[in-house]
Amino acid sequence: MTQPSSAPLSAPWASRAGERRFWLAGALGALVLAAGLAAAHYMEVHGHAVTGMSNRIVWGVPHVFAIFMIVAASGVLNVASVGSVFGQPVYKARARLSGLLAVALLAGGLTVLMLDLGRPERIVVAATHYNLRSIFAWNVLLYSGLFAIVALYLWTLMERRLNAYSKYAGLAALVWRIVLTTGTGLIFGFLVARQAYQSAVLAPMFIAMSLAWGMAIFLIAQAALFAWQGRALDPAIRRRMARLLGVFVAAVLYFVLVYHLTNLYFARQVEFTRFILASGGAYPLLFWLGYVFVGSLVPLLLLFHPRSDDDRTVIVASTLVIVGAFAQLYVFIIGGQAFPLELFPGYAASSTFFDGAIAAYRPSLAEILLGFGGLALALVAAVVGVRVLPFMPEDDRRVVAAGSGAGE
Amino acid sequence: MRALTTAVRRASATAPGPAAARGDRARGLRAVALVLLVGALFVPLSASAQAGGRTPQPEIVIDAEGGCVAPPDEMRRNHMNMLIHQRPLTVRQGVRGAEVSLRGCIECHASREDGSAIGTRRNFCQSCHDFVAVRLDCFDCHQARPGAEGVRR
Amino acid sequence: MSEREPVERDQAPSPSRRGFLAAVAAAAAGVMIAPGIRLIELAAARPAGEPASGAVRWGLLIDTTRCARGCEDCVAACARENALERRGETSVAETQRPQWIRKIELKELATGRELSLPMMCQHCARPPCVDVCPTGASFKRADGIVLVDQHRCIGCRYCMMACPYQARSFVHEPLARQNPAVPRGKGCVEGCTLCVHRVDRGLAPACVAACAEAGHGAMLFGDLNDPASAISRRLREVASVEVRADLRLGTGVRYQGI
Repeated sequence: MTQPSSAPLSAPWASRAGERRFWLAGALGALVLAAGLAAAHYMEVHGHAVTGMSNRIVWGVPHVFAIFMIVAASGVLNVASVGSVFGQPVYKARARLSGLLAVALLAGGLTVLMLDLGRPERIVVAATHYNLRSIFAWNVLLYSGLFAIVALYLWTLMERRLNAYSKYAGLAALVWRIVLTTGTGLIFGFLVARQAYQSAVLAPMFIAMSLAWGMAIFLIAQAALFAWQGRALDPAIRRRMARLLGVFVAAVLYFVLVYHLTNLYFARQVEFTRFILASGGAYPLLFWLGYVFVGSLVPLLLLFHPRSDDDRTVIVASTLVIVGAFAQLYVFIIGGQAFPLELFPGYAASSTFFDGAIAAYRPSLAEILLGFGGLALALVAAVVGVRVLPFMPEDDRRVVAAGSGAGE
Repeated sequence: MRALTTAVRRASATAPGPAAARGDRARGLRAVALVLLVGALFVPLSASAQAGGRTPQPEIVIDAEGGCVAPPDEMRRNHMNMLIHQRPLTVRQGVRGAEVSLRGCIECHASREDGSAIGTRRNFCQSCHDFVAVRLDCFDCHQARPGAEGVRR
Repeated sequence: MSEREPVERDQAPSPSRRGFLAAVAAAAAGVMIAPGIRLIELAAARPAGEPASGAVRWGLLIDTTRCARGCEDCVAACARENALERRGETSVAETQRPQWIRKIELKELATGRELSLPMMCQHCARPPCVDVCPTGASFKRADGIVLVDQHRCIGCRYCMMACPYQARSFVHEPLARQNPAVPRGKGCVEGCTLCVHRVDRGLAPACVAACAEAGHGAMLFGDLNDPASAISRRLREVASVEVRADLRLGTGVRYQGI
């Protein structure tokens, strides 16, 4: 049952059970966050020797988590964009929650990235010294800028007198996050020497990824919040958003296809592509089973199948999309580095520094905990956020009716 | 200690009057508690500011003959600025043989006993840095022992 | 050790070389700076207080035909000079141990020809590591030496992702036994400095000195900008290549015989 729209926006949880779940989620998040911080401290004291990262796999599991969260942060804000910029009332009611999740995910991702640095205590240097030729430095600006813009955007959404400006703030956020995700993709796209990266297609691919992952996270968060408050989500709204997720998942699949097709066509890239898609052991397995099957095909089937239309299906499909995202990023980031740099084309190389060899990588508990700590930080931030401020979607009945009409 | 008393005085000045509601009083109490807590953090610092007492004084042992690049007063206040000024010149521009250098510090100030500028409270750099509670991270990377230029110890 | 080093034998044949030596390093010729280390080509240390000059571009020419398979003299000298942990000297995984210079053994797939060469930072004219470094910690000195300013390095490792030569290492553990002239520490990225602390004093890099000392003479160090330098003259005479020349990085290290 949908509650009357006159209910207070950030109402206390409707039931004791909801209240308990809220505290449970908060406590669980805080616990995992504490474990993540402890892991970061352990890494800081002992150095990265206690991780599986090495001189060959320089970015590991923490980066998989961090990049997932940063990319998803940009994508989860898309819900707000669809509402504010493209004027869809159903999405507009979700703009605030979308903004909150974006800030929470961005904070989680950046925290992981920061705590993984070799010298995290020097993070201020990243703010005082900019190398403007570095896409990384640009990303530092873009990330901080997104915080500011989303904060401003949320203000225009929450302060009635500023509501009129929310469209412009939303537009700024839309443009900013497209630039931001382009920048994140180009962190890899600009790596000219690495066979796995060095491709302009990574920029639009990252944007598609952000839309899919962000939507998946939003749908899970929305379902959880509605359940905790004992409210029912309008099936028409759910159906619309689920289909949009399906479209995004298909778009990612398209870009992944183009990326591998071009690599297969270039003779110099064939060996790498064979490694990542066929001969590379865990990486092809993660790619085909984890990303393609579990993370894309099954969710697509669930989302578009006419008879699987309920809350649980959407949650399962969204969860699978996220699982697939992690598999995809693991293959992309770690598999991409595991393949050796080709210094001497046409030669077989060997050295004490593992030239010509596939690099091994086994993540340690510390770096895995750090990654989950970032997710937990995002969870805690989101849970506290919806508790103290009116972030919950409030669907007006008439809007729902109009929205579902448009969605059919 | 002075910091603590000032803080408490300031807190009582903002404490609620008798007409305040119970909520206000509770908030006032919380503010006092907070101020006390923050003040307590300053206690070790202000105590150590008063020479003597329970805090061990730095033991400054200089074995090397001759003077430093500047008078002791100047060095005490400004050695970090001198080093930070020279740092980019040496590292990024390749200026060598400057009067001010971390290696110069160590050449003179490494202890004759154990050959190092850090390690115990009797070692020159550490004795003062422990006393003023300023983290010394030069030696995370730099060698705290003297050595010949260009040749491994 | 004799003052007539093998490297001299290698560099001596042309008369102009002798003239150059006479003109520039007359006083220094044959003078031992320290046991086992001799002025090879550099005239003198840069005067105190003077910054590195943009008129100079330091470079290396590596003759792979003289580089023996399995010989690790340059690698050992680098580790000794820069106090790097050698195999077995550290508890970190072998993949985490810093290696500023390494020997790569190569076999041409189409022909079966084998060769061996040292690989290290190529001191690019347009270094990708400098481009990508967010804080500007990676930088190129006026004389072409690519370095990490470890006071500014935050340990993000993006430069290691960007380097086409896998020439950089990350310090994975706390260190305590540094060479006083070569500061290094946990959490920063590092790599071949071309022995900048030696070059500034007029000495050749440790790897080059060791290679010469052992009689291999496979490494020639000098100023690429000085047309009269031994390295410039040799580069004019023999065919040499940049590794990954397709990237157009303008490396300061060139290879002969690949």
